Amino acid sequence: MSTATTSRHTTAAPTPPPRRGSSGPNPLKRILQYGVLGALTILFISPLIYMVSTSFKDTASAASPDPQWIPSDPTTQAYDTVLGTEGTPVLRWLLNSLLSAAGQTLLILITASMAAYALARIDFPGKKVVFAVIIGTLFVPPVILLIPNYLIVGRLGWLDTLWAVIVPGAAGAFGVFFLRQFFLGLPAELEEAAAIDGASRWRTFLQVVLPLSKPALVTLGMLSFLTNWNDFLWPVYVLFSPENQTLPAGLSTLQNANAVRYDLLMAGAVIASVPVLLLYLVAQRFVVEGVSRAGLKG
Amino acid sequence: MTDTNVSRPATGGASALSVEAAPRSAAPPVRGDRSRKRDTRDAVLFLAPYLVIFTVFVLAPLLYGIWVSLHDYDFTLPEAPWVGLENYTGLLTGDSPFAETFWQSVQATWLFTALTVPLLLVLPLLVALVLNQKFPGRNLFRALYFAPYVLGVAVVAVLWRYLLDTNIGLVNHYLGVIGLRDTVPWLTSLPWAWISLVGVTVWWTLGFNTVIYLAALQDISPELYEAARVDGANAVQRFRNVTLPGLRPVVLFITSVTIIASVNMFGQSYLMTAGGPGTETRTGIYEIAEVGLRQFNTGQAAAMSLIFTFFLMVVSLAVFYAFRDRDARR
Repeated sequence: MSTATTSRHTTAAPTPPPRRGSSGPNPLKRILQYGVLGALTILFISPLIYMVSTSFKDTASAASPDPQWIPSDPTTQAYDTVLGTEGTPVLRWLLNSLLSAAGQTLLILITASMAAYALARIDFPGKKVVFAVIIGTLFVPPVILLIPNYLIVGRLGWLDTLWAVIVPGAAGAFGVFFLRQFFLGLPAELEEAAAIDGASRWRTFLQVVLPLSKPALVTLGMLSFLTNWNDFLWPVYVLFSPENQTLPAGLSTLQNANAVRYDLLMAGAVIASVPVLLLYLVAQRFVVEGVSRAGLKG
Repeated sequence: MTDTNVSRPATGGASALSVEAAPRSAAPPVRGDRSRKRDTRDAVLFLAPYLVIFTVFVLAPLLYGIWVSLHDYDFTLPEAPWVGLENYTGLLTGDSPFAETFWQSVQATWLFTALTVPLLLVLPLLVALVLNQKFPGRNLFRALYFAPYVLGVAVVAVLWRYLLDTNIGLVNHYLGVIGLRDTVPWLTSLPWAWISLVGVTVWWTLGFNTVIYLAALQDISPELYEAARVDGANAVQRFRNVTLPGLRPVVLFITSVTIIASVNMFGQSYLMTAGGPGTETRTGIYEIAEVGLRQFNTGQAAAMSLIFTFFLMVVSLAVFYAFRDRDARR
């Protein structure tokens, strides 16, 4: 084997010593497999590429029936318009979305971790009932809450404010359930040691439990942020003023405004996508693992 | 130390299920009534922030929604006269002016669900089976297919409305290129509007179900496949006798989650077809939101939500029993 060629094209399968005695990698099968995977990749990714590409076109070429995958005359005109002040406060929507998603995520992480800790580690009368009621609401279809929550938010004076898209969404049971499961799996000895050393419950929670729970907190944080960032139905109905909308609701306003301008819409869509795609790139493992773990446990 | 030995381990033992269990011999120092009171106080403090939000936005609305549905409620008006079950009977007998559009929206919801769920059960499984082979770049493909799901319905719907535009859309353009009809009214007439809504939804959410299938496939013990192979099972037999049984709990999960998501379909309709043509693609949630939150017939809309919820619970139970039966028959 000393004269083995080192062609770059054969790195995937150089000399084929059959592994593990079973049928080795069948080249035909592999070609077919990558063919399918490649076709799917094109199907899933090309619309996104076209979205980005269109956002750099001028209005006329965005509305042209001949597809231009690479803008012949790339321009940031759509972004200038959309981020400018000409009645399309996308920058404002971006800020609202960030405040809403970050605010709700923080609220969930704080309230759910505290509640989950009590349910996992503290004994008190009625614990089983409290837990059962919280978990029971996981099975309540959200439609039921739509109308009454709108009325409650109205009574609190929160309609058309960010409070409406930050607070009610933090009432879900998933975070409490998810963190409680994680806390139950932590070794109790560390907390007992801290307690014996005289640490209060609060200190034990802050200095022992939370640091040990970083993976769970990050996962829950990611999922909460993504969910809030992408939420559509609720913001569309509770936020009316253009300047108070979040990005998804704003996109719908943009789509309904005057003649449809696809260059502007695609620029808005790109702006709404970039933060989540970046977050997804960085935390891909957490997001995907979180989703699949939720699936296996369900 | 007192001899009231019934107090619990300081930090609650290993599991909440052992709340009432007597402390084991190796339990940490025994504590008395005072510490139990302190436990309760701590628990209240730790639970309070969440429980306040939970009560105001989950528990209270459950009851409030029922109360509203029994009134002629319009929150822009001062009076809310009690009407008993009238909101319900009006919808059920067709007397209510909203009955027709409501039942049409219920039908639209079921149609959408019946079309999407089978596709979202089968296609992601096929993709997961392909991805479950060992090959370089597997994680990259997994990440790519999941990407649209991360984007959220507003971006997805706005993007596809562009791609499906009858005159300037890419889809019609490429249909023309391969010699097919290039003037399909994808979003403005039937059955095309449904095909578009279902297709886009599959495109958007396929990755989610794929990831769950993939995790389940990787949990099936390789030894089972080895054993089947030794017994002379071919690929199809291995799939039927090892893969499918191993996936059963996950199939139940995916079925329920997909049904719930399909029944809650809103953004695709709202942004891509605006419920049209006419109100043909207006789904249940869409109708409830429009009637309750735009036209302020809030009592009617609350009754609609409760009828809708009733259907959902029936379907959930049916799914549950369908899968339980099959387990029992094995």
